[in-house]
Amino acid sequence: MASEEMEQLVRREYKQGFVTDIESETVPPGLDESVIAFISQKKGEPEWMLEWRLEAYRQWLKMTPPSWAHLEYPPIDYQAISYFSAPKKPEDRPQSLDEVDPKLLETYEKLGIPLHERAALAGVAVDAVFDSVSVTTTFKEKLAEAGVIFCSISEAIREYPELVRQYLGTVVPRSDNYFAALNSAVFTDGSFVYVPEGVTCPMELSTYFRINAANTGQFERTLIVCDNKAQVSYLEGCTAPQRDENQLHAAVVELVALEEAYIKYSTVQNWYPGDEDGKGGIYNFVTKRGDCRGDRSRISWTQVETGSAITWKYPSCMLRGKESIGEFYSVAVTNGRQQADTGTKMIHIGEGTRSTIVAKGIAAGRSDQAYRGLVKIGPRAKGARNYTQCDSLLIGDQCGAHTFPYQEIGNSSATVEHEATTSKIADDQLFYCRARGIDEEDAVSMIVNGFCKDVFQELPMEFAVEAEALLNVTLEGSVG
Amino acid sequence: MLEVKDLHVTVEGKAILKGLDLTVQPGEVHAIMGPNGAGKSTLSAVIAGKDGYEVTQGSILFEGQDVLEMEIEERARAGLLLGFQYPIEIPGVKNIYLLKAALNAAREARGEGEIPAPEFMKLVREKSAEMQMDPSFLQRAVNEGFSGGEKKRNEILQMLVLQPKLAMLDEIDSGLDIDAMKVVANGVNSLRSADRAILLVTHYQRLLNHIEPDRVHVLVDGRIVKSGDKSLALELEARGYDWVLEESVA
Repeated sequence: MASEEMEQLVRREYKQGFVTDIESETVPPGLDESVIAFISQKKGEPEWMLEWRLEAYRQWLKMTPPSWAHLEYPPIDYQAISYFSAPKKPEDRPQSLDEVDPKLLETYEKLGIPLHERAALAGVAVDAVFDSVSVTTTFKEKLAEAGVIFCSISEAIREYPELVRQYLGTVVPRSDNYFAALNSAVFTDGSFVYVPEGVTCPMELSTYFRINAANTGQFERTLIVCDNKAQVSYLEGCTAPQRDENQLHAAVVELVALEEAYIKYSTVQNWYPGDEDGKGGIYNFVTKRGDCRGDRSRISWTQVETGSAITWKYPSCMLRGKESIGEFYSVAVTNGRQQADTGTKMIHIGEGTRSTIVAKGIAAGRSDQAYRGLVKIGPRAKGARNYTQCDSLLIGDQCGAHTFPYQEIGNSSATVEHEATTSKIADDQLFYCRARGIDEEDAVSMIVNGFCKDVFQELPMEFAVEAEALLNVTLEGSVG
Repeated sequence: MLEVKDLHVTVEGKAILKGLDLTVQPGEVHAIMGPNGAGKSTLSAVIAGKDGYEVTQGSILFEGQDVLEMEIEERARAGLLLGFQYPIEIPGVKNIYLLKAALNAAREARGEGEIPAPEFMKLVREKSAEMQMDPSFLQRAVNEGFSGGEKKRNEILQMLVLQPKLAMLDEIDSGLDIDAMKVVANGVNSLRSADRAILLVTHYQRLLNHIEPDRVHVLVDGRIVKSGDKSLALELEARGYDWVLEESVA
């Protein structure tokens, strides 16, 4: 098929682009210590929290944005961003869905996430983040019965200050990187989860993040702590409305797994990728890190990244505890002008630690993506093992895929395996399917889904279905 | 059923088929034979719609429809099915999933609904047994890690499930030992019916001992230079292709 025709097919409107006009209480663009004080005050935070933020801000001022990633974008004007936006009357938060602004519910409907149905049908507790303030939380009682704390980070700072203080910033230090420092200074919301010793969280926890107010960057902060022998599965899914300006998103997610604890963190990310020139899409600079602090603890990251104009994201595991396990399963799909530099870091510190990395990259259109992975085996990590597999699939001939594996092996008893492949979606595979009567789009989605199978099977069931659907939407018309 | 007239095909500017004529009636089994490079596989590939083959002259009609105007998948749904010489591997896609998608695509095109799951399972189990394929094959990724013989049996399994009107089998016998060939031949023979035609593309006569053709055509240098009944195949086996070539030049 001619390349012009292909172009036409690749162009598709973002299906979930719209703006809900709930009035926001927003500070003027710009960042200084008074803005941080305003945020802290708005959130009703204790003094130590404000100090913590200000310290992060002062460190951030001395830092420069990272330039090593395989990404191209104009410099971000941090003074042009508004750092606080909340739906009106945040004190009057609704206690049930009946009290929720119908417009907001409508928004969820358009996204295909009917909150009440979803919550009821799937038995998932939903902590819906709309702009920066959690608007509604469900299934709290059931969780409370089990002793699980699941609330917004702001609420946690007020209600469980000692827990937050004990863990916040211990996995991703404030000065870890430019975006983490910025987040530490200005984060406005996010989730907090604490699962007490010996408890398996009775349901999968889920949060839908949205970005809504114009010109407002969103700085989520998520902290999940699993005490000894506790388990939790956390699902994060995102979509965003269409707009013109690039939006910065710099979240920080910290996971702490104590002895024999298991945290499974799954993400399906579908932020606005921008128009066909890449204009207007979300910039997603996220720091996600898990700390396997206890012996035999396990942290598993599974992500399906289909959105954003730019993705800069490396969910990582610090494997401190003896025989602790880190896992990273990723599918990254880019189309149009999207750019993604993503991967993971597995830092083996404790004895007998193990990690698995399975990364699948799919590039279509004129997109560009890189897998960047670090496997570091410390001198004390005797008998540590890593297995890495990263595969790239190219659709068309104007996209690119790159792999940057880094290995630092600090002791001779470690076993590190790395497998990598890059393939083009083969014409003969397409022909084979079509010669069986399967139309081209279905054939592409069949082949791509097959390619991603190893990762999808790690997702919770309902998420896996969603992920497949998302993949198909993202690649719609990518083959002519 | 199939009418190929004065077909000229070039691949990368090189003329491969140079005025090929072929008519196939329902119920018939035709064998296309010929030396390597004569254009045998090109013929079935062009009929199936593979990219990279340019038809510069001539026509292909299937049940009165202009095949060259149809998309690849439309041809398959209309009942023109190609069995591959080298079946393609599709990692991560279950064999049974491909079968179901293909069958439902054809049913949809005929205005029938999706096949009910129990009915489909019954059908597929039955046909796998016919091809002496363990049901576990259905759960494996399409052709991935299959032996040569398994791949060929899988091609015939697809035919048995999809029930095409015209089955084109490209070198279905290549790489098969004698036992596997018998299984494949039995599968093909079970496809024979009064309203279905089969087009066998083969280099060797031995396949035709198991699948008896009604017509045998010799394809040399882009043209069918000689046609006859099954005895022609035996003659080719005994004498090779050179004499046909000489005869056609003379």
